[in-house]
Amino acid sequence: MKKAGASSVTTRAPGSIEVYRDDFEGQPGGPDWLWALRKQGMARFQALGFPTTKNEDWHFTSVAPIADRAFRLAPLEVRGVKRSDLARFNFGENAWHTLVFVNGAFSEDLSSAAVLGKGVRVSSLARAIKSGTAGIERHLGKIATFEQHTFTALNTAFINDGAFVELAADAIVEPPIHLVFVSEGEGVSHPRNLIVAGRHSRATVIESYVSLRDSGYFTNAVTEVSLGEGAHLDHYKLQRESESAFHVGTVQIREARDSQLHSFSLAVGGSLARTNIYTSLDGDAATCTLNGLYLTDGTQHIDNQTSIEHIAPNCPSHELYKGVLDGRSHGVFNGKVYVHPEAQKTDGKQSNNNLLLSPSARVDTKPQLEIFADDVKCTHGATVGRLDDLAMFYLNSRGIGPETARMLLTYAFAADVLETIELEVLRKELEKMVLVRFAHDTVA
Amino acid sequence: MLEINDLHAGIGDREILKGISLNVKAGEIHAVMGPNGSGKSTLAQVLAGNPSYEVTRGTVSYNGQNLLEMAPEVRAQNGIFLAFQYPVEIPGVSNAYFLRSAYNEIRKANGQEEVDPLEFLDLVEEKLKLVDMDESMLSRSVNHGFSGGEKKRNEIFQMAVLSPRLAILDETDSGLDIDALRIVAEGVNKLRSPDKATIVVTHYQRLLNYIVPDYVHVLANGRIVKSGGKELALQLEEKGYDWLQGAAAGAVA
Repeated sequence: MKKAGASSVTTRAPGSIEVYRDDFEGQPGGPDWLWALRKQGMARFQALGFPTTKNEDWHFTSVAPIADRAFRLAPLEVRGVKRSDLARFNFGENAWHTLVFVNGAFSEDLSSAAVLGKGVRVSSLARAIKSGTAGIERHLGKIATFEQHTFTALNTAFINDGAFVELAADAIVEPPIHLVFVSEGEGVSHPRNLIVAGRHSRATVIESYVSLRDSGYFTNAVTEVSLGEGAHLDHYKLQRESESAFHVGTVQIREARDSQLHSFSLAVGGSLARTNIYTSLDGDAATCTLNGLYLTDGTQHIDNQTSIEHIAPNCPSHELYKGVLDGRSHGVFNGKVYVHPEAQKTDGKQSNNNLLLSPSARVDTKPQLEIFADDVKCTHGATVGRLDDLAMFYLNSRGIGPETARMLLTYAFAADVLETIELEVLRKELEKMVLVRFAHDTVA
Repeated sequence: MLEINDLHAGIGDREILKGISLNVKAGEIHAVMGPNGSGKSTLAQVLAGNPSYEVTRGTVSYNGQNLLEMAPEVRAQNGIFLAFQYPVEIPGVSNAYFLRSAYNEIRKANGQEEVDPLEFLDLVEEKLKLVDMDESMLSRSVNHGFSGGEKKRNEIFQMAVLSPRLAILDETDSGLDIDALRIVAEGVNKLRSPDKATIVVTHYQRLLNYIVPDYVHVLANGRIVKSGGKELALQLEEKGYDWLQGAAAGAVA
């Protein structure tokens, strides 16, 4: 029963939760505190079950394609993934500190270390737990709440491996830390990451979700981030799963006073994918920038949910998400900004812009602003548009044919959000990716 | 080079051009003048192939080919260039990238090799001087945040780089101060050659002090109501359009 893997997919809906239960019981429990946490996760997952579209958070996204399959835990021992296979996911950068996980399990052979400096620890979560690292117990499961989040509860039930990044006070990490999650086969993996950034520390962390070939696996990832006072994190989540894959990824952050979060979320892969970026501005003058770009095509369904909780006063938050939708694809954006009563002088700005390239593409956008303080400045807006006919004619009149013109205008639409990417190699790669993605008919 | 015969065109049910006939030969400059709403800009847009306009009658032959059957990019690849009255802003695409794409598309269509970014830079440097523009404008987004004058100069700059056989300037002079006007006009004059032709669409005679036309045509109500030499432009400056419009208005009123 455990060797499941490739032949594990059935479509008997009622059974799928039992399959998770079964795999849960077959897993070693870990230390007592972890086993207790995992049991809570499993219990909560069973109680919540999979959300339906009656659930406000899942109104535009049916998870039936995930719920109806019985995903077995993906095998942790995978052979055949070579370092050279992964070269195309590293942005031509060999100087980054790279941790590779295959089906959620750390692979030392595929990883490569950079000099990170003093006070920095980057390791496999499984190893860190095994060696009894202090601090993990204090944060794990405390930031990513799972009372109401079924996929986080499910991930918690299966906590095993992922990345653990710990920055001591004042630690400045120069090389970006790249976490690469490779999926093989048709099972499910539950990567769990924990980033604990001490006072005035600074780092760049990139999470890439990829696969080497197209298959219908399911990635259910959770990342917890604790930013200490004045800490600064640039966080990139790059969802580039294979066409038939399923992805639910949650990044949940707590920000102490004066901390800064720059988050960029790219979502281009998967047949059904959902990314949640949730941050909580707990301390005075903490700031966050949540930016994102989603590109959908064919019959893809890509959902982005963000949540910014303004708990403390004097916090600015900025958010820009852009979507380009082609074919018969469906995009969803739901951005929540809650301003709590104590969060005076909040400065919140949120926008979501969408470009529909085909008449059958569809997007549902729902910016949500809830304000309980009286001295705040908050704006939000959403747009859905098509390519501008006049701009199209302008390019055509210069000798540029419709396909190249379409590519250029699409690229132009996405340009401003890509410009916010501070990591230059990444920005250039993503710019190229956007150009190529919409050049399908021009590359002759 | 260009033979327009009984051209009727409009948007939706509204007919704007009501039978235009015009011959333009290589080496000539034709000025098309007329009051607002006379159809000047429509003529320019139709010649460039704007799909918003529908041609309902008539023919346009360009170097012996049926122009009306050519897609706008094919017209450009065959040497037609329209300097827009309102150049379009494209934030996110640099002028250099845009113009190099255009230049290479045109070269490709004519069986020539594409140029790389460095070769292209060499090539455009002298053209920038022609319109008194700084190299920094190459890295700015196409027309985005440009002043009115910069946009018009950018059109002439593009024209200089793409080196069209038939250039159509659609009210390139409107909104320009006299210095900018002079720069634009000098740019056009330097590109004058015996194998090329230019159609200058303008509301004012002023531009024609700098770009001296061989022929002047006055458009009113979608028809050419008078054609003549450059002296016709001076007459218009003195008397306005009313004395000519009367003749055309009769048919409509």
